[in-house]
Amino acid sequence: MTMSTPTSLGAAAKGGGALLNRPKGAGKGRRSSRGQTLARAIVLFIVLGYLVLPLFAMLEFSTRGDFDRTTKTFARSLDSYAAIFSNQDLMAGIATSLEIAVLTVFGMLLLLVPTMVWTVVRVPRMRRVVEFLCLLPLAIPAIVIVVGIAPIYRWMGQNLGAFGASALTLAFINIILVLPYSYRAIDSSLRSIDTATLADAARSLGAGWPRTIFQVIVPNIRGGIMSASVLAIALVLGEYTISSLLSFSTIQVVIYLLGKRDPFISVAVSLAALVFAFVLLFVITRFATGSGRRSQRTAEEPA
Amino acid sequence: MTSTSPSPAATGHGVAVVFQEMHRWYGPVHALNGLSIDIAPGELVALLGPSGCGKTTALRALGGLDVVDQGSILVDGKDMTHVPANKRNMGIVFQAYSLFPNMTARDNVGYGLRLRGVDGAGRKKRAEETLDLVGLGQQAGRYPHQMSGGQQQRVALARALAIEPKVLLLDEPLSALDAKVRRQLREEIRRIQIMVGITTLFVTHDQEEALAMGDRVGVMSSGRLEQIAPPAELYDRPTTRFVAEFVGLTNRIAGDADGASVNVLGTRVELLPGSAEHGRVTALVRPENVRVTQAEDGTARVLAVSFLGSLCRAQVALHDETIVVAQMAASDSTGLYPGARINVGVKPAPVFAVAD
Repeated sequence: MTMSTPTSLGAAAKGGGALLNRPKGAGKGRRSSRGQTLARAIVLFIVLGYLVLPLFAMLEFSTRGDFDRTTKTFARSLDSYAAIFSNQDLMAGIATSLEIAVLTVFGMLLLLVPTMVWTVVRVPRMRRVVEFLCLLPLAIPAIVIVVGIAPIYRWMGQNLGAFGASALTLAFINIILVLPYSYRAIDSSLRSIDTATLADAARSLGAGWPRTIFQVIVPNIRGGIMSASVLAIALVLGEYTISSLLSFSTIQVVIYLLGKRDPFISVAVSLAALVFAFVLLFVITRFATGSGRRSQRTAEEPA
Repeated sequence: MTSTSPSPAATGHGVAVVFQEMHRWYGPVHALNGLSIDIAPGELVALLGPSGCGKTTALRALGGLDVVDQGSILVDGKDMTHVPANKRNMGIVFQAYSLFPNMTARDNVGYGLRLRGVDGAGRKKRAEETLDLVGLGQQAGRYPHQMSGGQQQRVALARALAIEPKVLLLDEPLSALDAKVRRQLREEIRRIQIMVGITTLFVTHDQEEALAMGDRVGVMSSGRLEQIAPPAELYDRPTTRFVAEFVGLTNRIAGDADGASVNVLGTRVELLPGSAEHGRVTALVRPENVRVTQAEDGTARVLAVSFLGSLCRAQVALHDETIVVAQMAASDSTGLYPGARINVGVKPAPVFAVAD
């Protein structure tokens, strides 16, 4: 057989149309793709609306000034935001929560990172046990934890002086509360590198365990550590139940009390706290992404 | 019978390593079962064996990354059995890529020097010299993810050598690489090892690698050393059934033994020590020791012929339908084609025989 159908090259030369050889159904595919894009846009719009509308409502409410009876609108004012800085209770609550967050992050990292690295490298059969212990707080309601731990706090308050009565002792209980989330973040980072081999390599080169963990393993799980820290900070800044029941004045407790007296300042603080958390998340995620780039796949073997 | 004496040909400036009756249990698994080896200074000993035979356990025990339950390890005459890994000064190249991902090649190589208190300038100079040694001087500023697998293993070798270790331990460092790179790197490692003169323990499950690189090759099975000998001796004169069957290709051909020799396909050949010596036996014959001659009235026939460059392998069926592989120079294989009638015999090279 010598006859052949026109090639796409010939068709292109005559009519400039790869389109001429377009398979049947291609137009349908494009229409379907357009439909999918539209569907995605609608879903995105709804989700964004769901997330952003309450924030807009908070912004609108917290920036209300005097009511103008002629136009029947509120003037805009930042008085509520300015009042945040003049409210001593609020500033003290913010400072306390931030201090607790910092202590919680340090305590959690100090407890989790060496334990998890040691488990992976030296006693991998204990990995499940550590995982179970770390996830346990998820299954225990906060109220149960408070009931169980209240006597200990009472004892600390009576016997350990100013330290025992300080709100900073909440860091101990917060370390337990953040364990499930932080464990997951660090565990996924540890699984993404060959922790055992890196540790063996470092030790064979002369590093002791502290150097192996802090000079070799930690820099390579920076992403996981950052994520664990973000989650811990977010959880501490948002924690209300335990602080309230143990009668400590953290940011959430103060916001709640303030809300009863001045709802405008209360909402302004809530919004400011959210924006602060977003910014923090963004900054930390940027750090994490920077370290993540290095763990890309091996380059191609040169010919 | 197991030979454990060091190769007299071994020369170099390394240190002697002695494994004495080492035992290691993992629960019920006896990973090392009385392993004893003497490695001469500057010698490269390859440990070869199937998965789970204990070769990596032995290497890790020498590196201090695993403990032994009984026995001892002497390095340069000093007992290192209970010395922690970070105090042993051993360079290890692992099977998995083990470069620190957050450090450049230069920093990886310099890490061991940093731990030894070498200042920044000295570290940089030494790291770059060692990278030059493995042909990667130009890649010093690259991160591991910017390098190929072969390059990463070269950097790992440089990192291990930079600390001037007493012993170099290679734990299947080539197994993750493709065949071509593996062959190149194998030759490079051997060149550098001879140049540096460092005592080296090389663990592999690849026979070709072990036979090509080792001054001596130790074959392990079930935690025991079956035989340790120079590659040619190991191949030509196996002392146990396991070694005879595990190393290289073997044909199993029936024969009659009468003490010192065995009659195989009409030829009387010497029996190697350790063989079954009387009655009906199975002789383990290397393909290159099978002789094939074309004959119209031959009792055997060719089943298939494989061309391997300078060599040729023919699969033949004997008169009793036993399948045998014969290997010859490609130039001697003319006239061999599937279905051709042939006569098959064996060359008078000593063979290992096992009882039927």
